Amino acid sequence: MQPRFCMEVGCGSGYVITSLATMLRHESSAVQYFATDINPHAVETTSATLEAHGLQAEIICTDIASGIGKRLSGMMDVIVVNPPYVPTPEEEVGYKGITSSWAGGENGRKVIDRILPAVHELLSEKGWFYIVTLTANNPSQICLVMREMGYASRIVVQRSTEEESLHVIKFWRENTANVKDDKSLGSWISQIPLLSFWRSSRFSS
Amino acid sequence: MRLLTHNMLACNIKGVTNGYPLRLEAEKWVEKEVDFNADFLRGVFPKIDWPALVGAARALGFHDLLPVDAPDPSVLASDDELLRRFHRALLQLHVEEGGLVCPETSRRFPINKGIPNMLLHEDEV
Repeated sequence: MQPRFCMEVGCGSGYVITSLATMLRHESSAVQYFATDINPHAVETTSATLEAHGLQAEIICTDIASGIGKRLSGMMDVIVVNPPYVPTPEEEVGYKGITSSWAGGENGRKVIDRILPAVHELLSEKGWFYIVTLTANNPSQICLVMREMGYASRIVVQRSTEEESLHVIKFWRENTANVKDDKSLGSWISQIPLLSFWRSSRFSS
Repeated sequence: MRLLTHNMLACNIKGVTNGYPLRLEAEKWVEKEVDFNADFLRGVFPKIDWPALVGAARALGFHDLLPVDAPDPSVLASDDELLRRFHRALLQLHVEEGGLVCPETSRRFPINKGIPNMLLHEDEV
């Protein structure tokens, strides 16, 4: 696949979108990146991270894809999401500040379950969607939800840290036979240390 | 925020039906060179709302950069000069400071440090 548009929902520090753009820099010069986050400090940090690496993305401070989802419908070839997946009290979800970067409500699914239909709207016919999940999020049930919308899925990374067991799940529309074509991105995604360095420091602080 | 993004953004306030295109207010903008890629431009052209792009370019003072009427895709295939103008408008002009104003409600979404803020107030969701 030759991606034209890539997007990260919940870009936070900018680590993931910067990594994606760094990898694809050698594939094509014509990839356009979009990144959204609900936290105004996060989008500024993402901007700084990209700039420090000589990269450029269109960054929007918004809730998931609010205000941009309709016109970008069906245009995203790659969507990456490292969502707020930590099970927390419901009232912490979307709370202002850094809490919104992890607070996932019951089973850590509150925000994930709102992201899935947005991804369904944004993803192109041949698009790939990668999401980080925690075992507590019930990843197999996430796969079922996506299956009902027509997506096949595969766990591409599985990793346990001291306090978390994480998966990266890849989704693609079932009618497209593009699984075997994912060598470059698949190998890249396995290199993501799942941001465990800052998660760990957060939990210990 | 590039004009590509302006072209994709619409007012997201609940109940608003005519929230596109947002009127661009550009207080500060910059131009940054981007590699020219004709295939990308021809591929993205059908997704672009031409009048919105023309309006956004005008908001930056580019009154003659683009023709008012959307070109036929076949013209885009042969007219390199037009394709380069399209490239410049869509990908090279960045609005750093300003705002986006909803045509229906006049609600202004600020653009700071190149980032549009589409977050809604509680009574707008």
